[in-house]
Amino acid sequence: MDNGQRGDYAIETRGLNLWYGDFQALIDVDLEVKRGIITSMIGPSGCGKTTLLRTCNRIIERLGYVRTTGSVYVLGHDIFGDDVELVQVRKQVGMVFQRPNPLPISIRDNVLFGFRLHEARTRKVSVAEENEVLESSLRQVLLWDTVKDRLDKPATGLSLEEQQKLCIARLLPVKPEVLLMDEPCSALDPAGTEAVEEMIWQLRGDYTILIVTHNMAQARRASDECVFMLLGRIIEHGRTEELFLAPENAKTADYIEGRYG
Amino acid sequence: MFAATPLNRRSYRNQNVARAVFFLMTVALVIPVLIIVGTLVVRGGPALSWEFLFTAPRDNMTAGGILPALVGTIWLVVVALLASVPVGVAAALYLSEYAPDNLLTRTINLAIINLAGVPSIVHALFGVGAFVYFFRFGASILAASLTLAVMTLPVVIVATRESLQAVPQAFREACWNMGATRWQTIRKVVLPNSISGILTGVILEVSRTAGETAPIMFTGATAFVAFLPESVFDQTMAMSYHLYYIATQATDVSEQLTFGVALVLIAIVLAMNAVSIGFRVYLRGLKKW
Repeated sequence: MDNGQRGDYAIETRGLNLWYGDFQALIDVDLEVKRGIITSMIGPSGCGKTTLLRTCNRIIERLGYVRTTGSVYVLGHDIFGDDVELVQVRKQVGMVFQRPNPLPISIRDNVLFGFRLHEARTRKVSVAEENEVLESSLRQVLLWDTVKDRLDKPATGLSLEEQQKLCIARLLPVKPEVLLMDEPCSALDPAGTEAVEEMIWQLRGDYTILIVTHNMAQARRASDECVFMLLGRIIEHGRTEELFLAPENAKTADYIEGRYG
Repeated sequence: MFAATPLNRRSYRNQNVARAVFFLMTVALVIPVLIIVGTLVVRGGPALSWEFLFTAPRDNMTAGGILPALVGTIWLVVVALLASVPVGVAAALYLSEYAPDNLLTRTINLAIINLAGVPSIVHALFGVGAFVYFFRFGASILAASLTLAVMTLPVVIVATRESLQAVPQAFREACWNMGATRWQTIRKVVLPNSISGILTGVILEVSRTAGETAPIMFTGATAFVAFLPESVFDQTMAMSYHLYYIATQATDVSEQLTFGVALVLIAIVLAMNAVSIGFRVYLRGLKKW
C-alpha cells in the first residue's frame, strides 16, 4: 500500500506519533489536508503544530533524537517509504520559515537557486528561460514590480516582508505541490503581514498551503480550513468559519475565546 | 540637580584607570614587535643585497648569501600546505557538516585539540619515525613538509571548522528546503561564505610553517647544501634552521649576517601572508554583492 495512490489529499497522516527523546510531541495524529486550499494550524505554544508541519517534509529528522511511528502520505505517496529520496520530497514540499532566510546572494540567484540545482543540471537552460522563470516566480509573490530594477542587488538588502516573499518565490521554480509555512508573518509588522497574507491568498489554488500561525485572526481571515491542536493531538479540524463560529469541541471554544493559550 | 555626586566621580576615576591600564597593555603588545622589526632592519638591513639573496653561503657560512635556504623554505611551506590544507579542510567539512554528534566525533575533536598541544620537538621525532624511516622518505623535503603538515593540521581544522560554523544555519536550511543535498549546500553556500575565514587559518599556518625549526631539523633540513633542491626527495637548507645554525653552531659569523637572515625570514613570512591576503581579497571580490 506504500506507493499506491491514496485519495485526493495533498497531505495525509495516519496514526502519526513522534517523540523527541522521551517526550511525545505528536499523539495519533490523523490529518487530511485537501489539495489547492489553505489550511491553517492553530494551538498554544508547544502543542506540536510546528512539529507536525516539519514532519511533512521530513526536515524534523535532522534532529538526531527524533523517532516516529505511523505514516505520512504526500500526494498519496508514503514519504517514509524505503525508496523515498528526500531531495524529491523537498522539491514537492517547499518550506517557509518564521524568519525570512534569503541566501546572501543576489535576488536573481536566490530565486533561481533551486531551479539551477534541479533543472539546469539535466539540460541546457537559456538565459531567456531563466529570466522567464525569474519573472513569473516574482510576479506570483507580488514582488516583481518592487525588485525588477535591482535583481542583481543582494537579497539581504530587502525589507523583511520582501525577503519573506522572496523566500516563497524561490520555492516556486521547482514546481512544488505543497507549501509549508511556519508562522511566515511573525517577524513582520502589520502592514507586512497584510501584504504577505494577500500574496498567500494569491497562491491559493495553484498550491496546497499548510500554514502554522499563532495569530488566530490571521487563521480566521486567511484560511479555508483550520486545524486546532492541543498537547500533541488534533482536537478539531473543519472549515475555518465553522470552527471559529461553532466549534464542536469545548477545548476549541475555550481556546478561540482566549481562555488559555 | 544634575551635578556629579561623589559616587559619580569615583566611577569616572575607576573607569579612567581601567582605560589607561588597557591602553598600556595594548601598547605593551606592540612595543616588542616594533623593537624586533626595528632591530632587524637596523642591524640586518645593511647585509641585504642582491648577492645576499641570490648566492649560496661561502667560507663556512661566514660570507655569501642565503639562496638555498630561501628556496628550501618556500619548498617546505608549499609542500606542507599541499598536504595539510586539503586534509584539514576536508576533515573540518566532515566534522562540521556531516558528522553526527556521537562518541566517535567527540573523541576526534578531543584528539585534534590534543594534537594542537603537542610540542613541536615531539612532532619532529614522530616525523623521523614515521616519514623518514617507516615510509622510507629519508631525510627529505617530503618528510620535513609532512611533519610540518601534521603539526599545523589542527590549526587548519579548528580555524576551518569555526569559519564553517559561523555560516548561519538558516542558509543551510534554505538550501535543504529547496532540495539541495549536503554537498550542493556546502559547495554553493557554505564554502563561499566561509572561504575567507578558512584562508585566515591557512595564513596563520604559513607563518608557523616557515618559522618552525624543530620539526625540520631531523627530517629534511641540513646545515649546508650548495645546490638548490630539485625534487621533494632532496634534503634542503631552510631559513629557520640556517638562522639557528649560524647563530649557535657556526663560528666567526658576523652579527650583520645573522640579523640579515632573520630579517629575510620575517620578510618571506610577510610576503607569503600578503599573497594569501591578496587571494582572500580576490575571492571576496568574486561575490556578487
